[in-house]
Amino acid sequence: MDAELSAAPGLLEQIAAVARRSITRTLRQRALLVFPLLFPLILFAINGSSLSAATKIPGFPTRSYRAFALALPFIQGALFVAIATGTDLARDIETGFFNRLALTPLRGSALLVGQLGGALVLACIQSVVYLLVGLATGVGIASGVAGAFVLLALSILISFGFASLGALLALRFGTGEAVQGIFPLLFVSVFLSSSSLPRNVIKVHWFKEVATYNPVSYLIEGVRSLIITGWDSRALALGFGFAALLVIITLGLASAAMKTRLVRT
Amino acid sequence: MRRFLYVARGVGWRSIHNTLVSPAILLPSIIFPLFFLVAFAGGLSRLADVPSFHYAPGYTSFQYVFVFLQSAAFGGVFTGFAVARDFESGFARRLLLSAPRRSGIIAGYAIGALLRWLITGTVVTLAALIAGMNVDGTRTDLLGLLGLGILFNFVAALWGCGLAMFLRTEQAGAVIQMPVFVLLFLAPVYVPLPLLTGWIHDVARLNPATVVLEAARGLLAGSPVKFALALALLAGAAALLAIFARRGLASAERAG
Repeated sequence: MDAELSAAPGLLEQIAAVARRSITRTLRQRALLVFPLLFPLILFAINGSSLSAATKIPGFPTRSYRAFALALPFIQGALFVAIATGTDLARDIETGFFNRLALTPLRGSALLVGQLGGALVLACIQSVVYLLVGLATGVGIASGVAGAFVLLALSILISFGFASLGALLALRFGTGEAVQGIFPLLFVSVFLSSSSLPRNVIKVHWFKEVATYNPVSYLIEGVRSLIITGWDSRALALGFGFAALLVIITLGLASAAMKTRLVRT
Repeated sequence: MRRFLYVARGVGWRSIHNTLVSPAILLPSIIFPLFFLVAFAGGLSRLADVPSFHYAPGYTSFQYVFVFLQSAAFGGVFTGFAVARDFESGFARRLLLSAPRRSGIIAGYAIGALLRWLITGTVVTLAALIAGMNVDGTRTDLLGLLGLGILFNFVAALWGCGLAMFLRTEQAGAVIQMPVFVLLFLAPVYVPLPLLTGWIHDVARLNPATVVLEAARGLLAGSPVKFALALALLAGAAALLAIFARRGLASAERAG
């Protein structure tokens, strides 16, 4: 019995096995790849042009609304990553695959981190595509090449945080429907932020207050600062800080939910 | 005709009953337009300060009209989702077998779409009035605005029903929704047409939704523009999409 246990794969091997499955599944589902990529880009194309008149508002930080709007696809893409991760994990729960895994020596932490592997791949692909589309449409990165890499890192961290949120929802509720049902709420949180206009030029007081208390504003402003301002240490600290906080909280809660889920099964 | 009305009434009643007893169906169709109203009228109101922005009733009214028409369109689109769901659950096949006049099924779903939108439209209007929307149009103008909304809802319902009957799967949701979403957002949503620049101006100028949106905004402001053209466009779209929906029904009949 002891020999059998000692022959069980280590944590890293377990993570790698689950991650490989998660990544393969993500790459095989074309719809999962195309829609989250396309939808934010469609909105970017439309809003980037439709709202260009906003640059005439006194105090608007840039003359190109497209540059201002480029931060948004990164955040919207992260929301889609959350839904994709949550739905995939929920499907595993609904189909009983999760129950079968629970009978193996696989550790809960390996299962959770491995499942997030697919999300990480999706986040990387999305972030690179959004950045390339932005550059192709004439948006310059004020912080330069190094800033572009920092932007990718921040974007991937944000996506990882939202992916952990998706995993948490799947583990808590156990159905894909519940995960998808949360999407409108996440979408609202993006629109009730400084996504369309900078906070200093928002006219309606209550909206400005909501945007100020909404952490999504700081995630967007962190990404945006690298594109239109350059190296803004305050915006970056807030952006990375809130992204890290999102990862810590959601991953911590997801780990706890995983333990409960494994006990239940 | 009696059999047509019988089927239409039955399907319409079921459609609205399902909407009213199921919060999962009703709430998104109410919450989404409200959210757009809040996000656009609240978050973007500073756009009214852009030089050359002229809309007398104000930015809340400007955005209300868009959200009003959007809710009308999505009332129709959501009915397409219901049709797809009925096909997946097998209900639609039983309906096809039992309906004495099958074209009444499309009419029934369209009635359901209209009743569902009347609830959403009322909530959105009340919310806009609470938010301080100004209404400069006369009673006749407002009836015209309502008429445009009803026609827009009918057009979208025919599109949603037709496509759902062709595809007969809930996965068709994105295909039903996306063209309507893009068509609406390629109109002058945030600022009037003259303030748009570049490719979006060219596209918006040719987009039929722009005519409907401008006509509706004109009616709310009490200075109607392009109303007859908007009516003609919507009537033409309804005629074309009625044929499309009928063909979708025929396709579903053939599939059995």
